[in-house]
Amino acid sequence: MTLPDSARVEPEQAVPTTVDELAPLYRQMLAIRRMEEAAAKAYSQGKIGGFLHLIIGQEAVCVGSIAALKPDDYVVATYREHGHAYAKGIAARPIMAELYGKKTGLVKGLGGSMHLFDKPTNFLGGHGIVGGHVPLAAGAAFASKYRNDGRVTVCYFGDGAATIGGFAEGLSLSALWKLPIVLICENNQYSMGTPLYRSLAVEDVSLRALAHGMARDRFDGDDVIRVKRRIAEAVDRARVTGEPTLVEIVTYRFRGHSMSDPGLYRTKEEVEEWRRRDPLNRARLRLLEVGMAEAAIEALEADVKAEIEDSVKFAEDSAPADAYTPYVMKGAQ
Amino acid sequence: MAVISYREALNQAMREEMERDANVFVMGEEVGHYNGAYKVTQGLLQRFSERRVVDTPIAEMGFAGVGVGAAMVGLRPIIEFMTWNFSLVAIDQIVNSAAKMFQMSGGQFNIPIVFRGPSGPAVQVGSQHSQALESWYAHVPGLSVVLPSTAYDAKGLLKTAIRDDNPVVFMEGETLYGMTGEVPEAEYLIPFGVGDIKRPGKDVTLVAWSRMVHVCLEAARELAKQGIDAEIVDPRTLRPLDTAIICDSVKKTGRCVIVEVGWPQAGFGAEIAYQVQRQCLDALDAPVERVCSDDVPMPYAKNLEDEVQPQVKDVIAAVRRALYLD
Ligand SMILES: Cc1ncc(C[n+]2csc(CCOP(=O)(O)OP(=O)(O)O)c2C)c(N)n1
Ligand SMILES: [Mg+2]
Repeated sequence: MTLPDSARVEPEQAVPTTVDELAPLYRQMLAIRRMEEAAAKAYSQGKIGGFLHLIIGQEAVCVGSIAALKPDDYVVATYREHGHAYAKGIAARPIMAELYGKKTGLVKGLGGSMHLFDKPTNFLGGHGIVGGHVPLAAGAAFASKYRNDGRVTVCYFGDGAATIGGFAEGLSLSALWKLPIVLICENNQYSMGTPLYRSLAVEDVSLRALAHGMARDRFDGDDVIRVKRRIAEAVDRARVTGEPTLVEIVTYRFRGHSMSDPGLYRTKEEVEEWRRRDPLNRARLRLLEVGMAEAAIEALEADVKAEIEDSVKFAEDSAPADAYTPYVMKGAQ
Repeated sequence: MAVISYREALNQAMREEMERDANVFVMGEEVGHYNGAYKVTQGLLQRFSERRVVDTPIAEMGFAGVGVGAAMVGLRPIIEFMTWNFSLVAIDQIVNSAAKMFQMSGGQFNIPIVFRGPSGPAVQVGSQHSQALESWYAHVPGLSVVLPSTAYDAKGLLKTAIRDDNPVVFMEGETLYGMTGEVPEAEYLIPFGVGDIKRPGKDVTLVAWSRMVHVCLEAARELAKQGIDAEIVDPRTLRPLDTAIICDSVKKTGRCVIVEVGWPQAGFGAEIAYQVQRQCLDALDAPVERVCSDDVPMPYAKNLEDEVQPQVKDVIAAVRRALYLD
């Protein structure tokens, strides 16, 4: 048996699941990991430029939570969003081509890694200013309430965003106007080199909900099924009662903040400890437990490998971003 | 003279001023334990301790305001923005608090604060992280706006900024940190409002600041091969602006090309063009030319990014237009 990365998973009360439920989620997580590993390699070869923020280690958060959504629901994310984009249904090819800055990229080479957007899958970005997108997400939820269209908006942000006004104001308005939104804090315990205890006087972001009379939840993000179940409760609340929820999911990024960060502010032991809780390994072991054959898992893994290799080839073979077509104002091109 | 980097020059300026005045402190994201996102504050925490090198959470509006409040009652904060892009979250405190306080309080509360950090387009970081905002701040009475192009200027101007009794917007070139230059060992300060001739010449005046000075220097080398002798004037501070040094140069050359990396409409070059025609119309042998970035948010792909920003060839083309050669 081969595990994708490290060998051990902490024993833990497993959430009931089935092969049919878990296999596609494991597949998505693995695809995201392989996609980002390929991106890191291309970055070190100078084929991808600028900032590249990897989500490796945190895959269960975006995959599990987006699995609780319908295709019509909106997702708003940060600059660390390749996984969210993929989980929302965007193919690896246009994501990879965007990182390469190619014409075939998701946003034509205009946005790059931090600015993935996709109207067909209701993926509303890809935002680079910490906290600035939280009110935008509240705005999408406001529109759903306005039109009574039954959609839910999920907004992701880091632990570091919990200290900025955009978050505080987005949270407050969501509560005041009872917007159908789930605000998910991906607490990977660091904002760049700053551990949470140097950002927040009280190290529990979910508590912020209390002052607003808002529902809240807080749990570990290493079991993709648990993430799916708990987020489904919040999504139901939003859809059925129109009420918002603030959810904090505790997780860990295995890599530096971005490709240029060596991550010297964390000990080797700490990183190793979290690697042992790798959500991918956990999901794989669980698949075996619930009855998926090793050979079937390997076939799935081979399929993922082919998909990502194809996306890299597609990006490499694509033409450079086109002779400049500005998209500054609609109707003015 | 020692040859040091632009980054080290800034670091020395802060270190020396912190040694000199116990009221000076540094505050910002990752300035302490991480030694600065761009390593400009390297070693300061170790030297001055957490009391004077203060790491903040991501809260630009908050810590910019904390800086202004502390300055009202006598401290001299250096507020670092990880990049100036994030100052847009704090612009209310810079414009509505820092810039107006002295006037608003009838001359009682001056604000001796420096807001500093990397600015201007970087490489392939996309539209939210790659832009030139000096024209925004240069619009505001009550602020000084400083954009050093060399290690020498960086050190001398930052020391002046820290000693200045009013708010200073100090914009470092995000792509200049590694650039080296000669910096004297002895202390020196560079006053605001005094420009510098970065290259003497007689045929055309190029006005540029920050990284565009270096684009102009390269263009001038090319132009020299074509027999055109360009003079490069670096105003160094956009507010106050040394119009005299620009106009003196134009009186000599009769031609003026302003090169800026910002957007064209309401860009600072338009103000310089106005001043030039107002003060030395008779000296002009051709309309003032401007070279700017295209009027678009910054694209990500490298080829597009190069296409929208002023390049050496664009400067050469503008100079040739000003000389009626094309
Ligand atoms: C307003 C603002 N300030 C600073 C930055 C620079 N910056 C980008 S990401 C980041 C850390 C964010 O940490 P966190 O919110 O925990 O998200 P993570 O990167 O861990 O996913 C910082 C300081 C920014 N993008 N926006
Ligand atoms: Mg974080």
